[in-house]
Amino acid sequence: MPRIFADNDPQSLHTTLNLGPTHPATHGIFQNVLQMDGERIISSEQTIGYIHRAFEKLAEYRPYYQITPLTDRLNYCSAPINNMGWHMTVEKLLGIETPKRVDYIRVIIMELARIADHLICNSILGVDTGALTGFLYCMEEREKIYDIWEEICGSRLTTNIGRIGGMERDFNERAMLKLKKFLADFPQNFKEFERLLNRNRIFMDRTIGVGDYSAQFAMDWGFTGPCLRAAGVDYDVRVMEPYASYQDFEFDIPIGTNGDTYDRYMVRNEEIWQSLRIIHQALEKLPPGPYHADVPKYFLPPKDEVYHNMEALIYHFKIVMGEIDMPAAELYFAVEGGNGELGFYVISDGGRTPYRLHFRRPCFVSYQAYPELVKGQLLSDAIVTMSSFNVIAGELDA
Amino acid sequence: MPLSSAEITQNLQTRFGHDILLSETGHNYLPTFTCNRQIIADLLGYLKQHPVLQFNFLTDLCGVHYPQNEPDREFCVVYHLHSWINNIRIKLKVFCAKTDCKVPSATAVFPAANWMERETFDFFGIEFEGHPNLKRILNVDEMDFFPMRKEYPLEEQTRTDKNDKMFGRHNS
Repeated sequence: MPRIFADNDPQSLHTTLNLGPTHPATHGIFQNVLQMDGERIISSEQTIGYIHRAFEKLAEYRPYYQITPLTDRLNYCSAPINNMGWHMTVEKLLGIETPKRVDYIRVIIMELARIADHLICNSILGVDTGALTGFLYCMEEREKIYDIWEEICGSRLTTNIGRIGGMERDFNERAMLKLKKFLADFPQNFKEFERLLNRNRIFMDRTIGVGDYSAQFAMDWGFTGPCLRAAGVDYDVRVMEPYASYQDFEFDIPIGTNGDTYDRYMVRNEEIWQSLRIIHQALEKLPPGPYHADVPKYFLPPKDEVYHNMEALIYHFKIVMGEIDMPAAELYFAVEGGNGELGFYVISDGGRTPYRLHFRRPCFVSYQAYPELVKGQLLSDAIVTMSSFNVIAGELDA
Repeated sequence: MPLSSAEITQNLQTRFGHDILLSETGHNYLPTFTCNRQIIADLLGYLKQHPVLQFNFLTDLCGVHYPQNEPDREFCVVYHLHSWINNIRIKLKVFCAKTDCKVPSATAVFPAANWMERETFDFFGIEFEGHPNLKRILNVDEMDFFPMRKEYPLEEQTRTDKNDKMFGRHNS
């Protein structure tokens, strides 16, 4: 390794390169200051926090149901998983048992979110290696998933889907139709995408052996989700600690071997197929029944009852004003998000707002290993590595 | 056969003496151990290396501020550990005072603690001794206070255009 000179030294062989904060290849607002020797990276330093919005502080001043929209903005590529994770945390705090139908609907929505999340990550990985076409195919499919969410909750990106105790409404006829149409069309469209990239010589050369790590490295650096599984560890929160009736479904945990970019890509692809499998099973077994638990204290009553029924009016008012105290407790609850274990650590002192809320954001934990991974790599490989980590700035900065 | 929290407690107490206390078990709670902050790095290393316990994964690390506590227990650092082999989670807690806000760093045991400790420092001002690069992470470097401490309210208190008396936004 040649001696490192200061940048302004005329003898310096190295250049400092600012990758970001606004650079198309970072897919979000965060900065990497790279020390370069020609095209090779000597060291890098990350600066994050450009979209820090103080969610943990905000949450200390918001009643529990008003925290759901904050979770939307963590990993905004799969907002419903965050929403559901938060609802289930509060339900665990309150000891609410949700009906099976709620669980199954949630599973369907969460798996759609996982598909949307992985689609974005993998297709953008294609763009970063020079294949734009696949990305356009995937965006079309993601659009269809957003249409389904829109039918269920009225919004597309930051969904605020579901409520504490269940769903805000059941699937309507149109949502069901759209979902079934998606399930019918998606496999062949996605296969087309896979055919473009999976065995593509250029893509394989760009990704195999790039940004690889061992299973031990992944565990020590706190990786979860596809990044961990690509290194060969079959840790998945859905299987380890099943929530929302995941134990009722049959699915596999895909794993890789080398933990390189290609493995991460393949693990995500296979997870999409597994998600489809879960959605099919959930739809098939979707039990009839109510779409929310019978908890009038926490779940908003139907509007027409609010106008004609005194109890309903009282509950409506108390819920909307956030006047309901929660039991004092301290708990940690995790779901398998698009990027890994998304945890909610809540300390409740018995008041109407959390005393302290901490989000365990998978991106934040895994992205810190990035300088270790790109040391000695080419710049173009570093871009691909970052892309396959699916770093979402919203989740990074909370 | 999953390990019970009593077994873990006994194991830890034989190794580290009675500085380690088990608290908060039962429904919804993880087995929580409170220990003296001096031994936290050793304890984490012991739990990670132990052939039976195998707490191989640091899930989460965060700070909590309890201004109501006695002065030497005002700040708390919470570690969430997960043993993937036994599939049990535990929580470790250490406390420190505002005047002596220092906790040994866990980065030597779990590299993943690096940014989590930086975040905790950034928001609570808890200094992690032995951390390789302890500086602010999400907030600007020029900030001269620690915003997640309870003495800093969410909104500016000088505003008069908002009356929250009826629908209160505060915890009290």
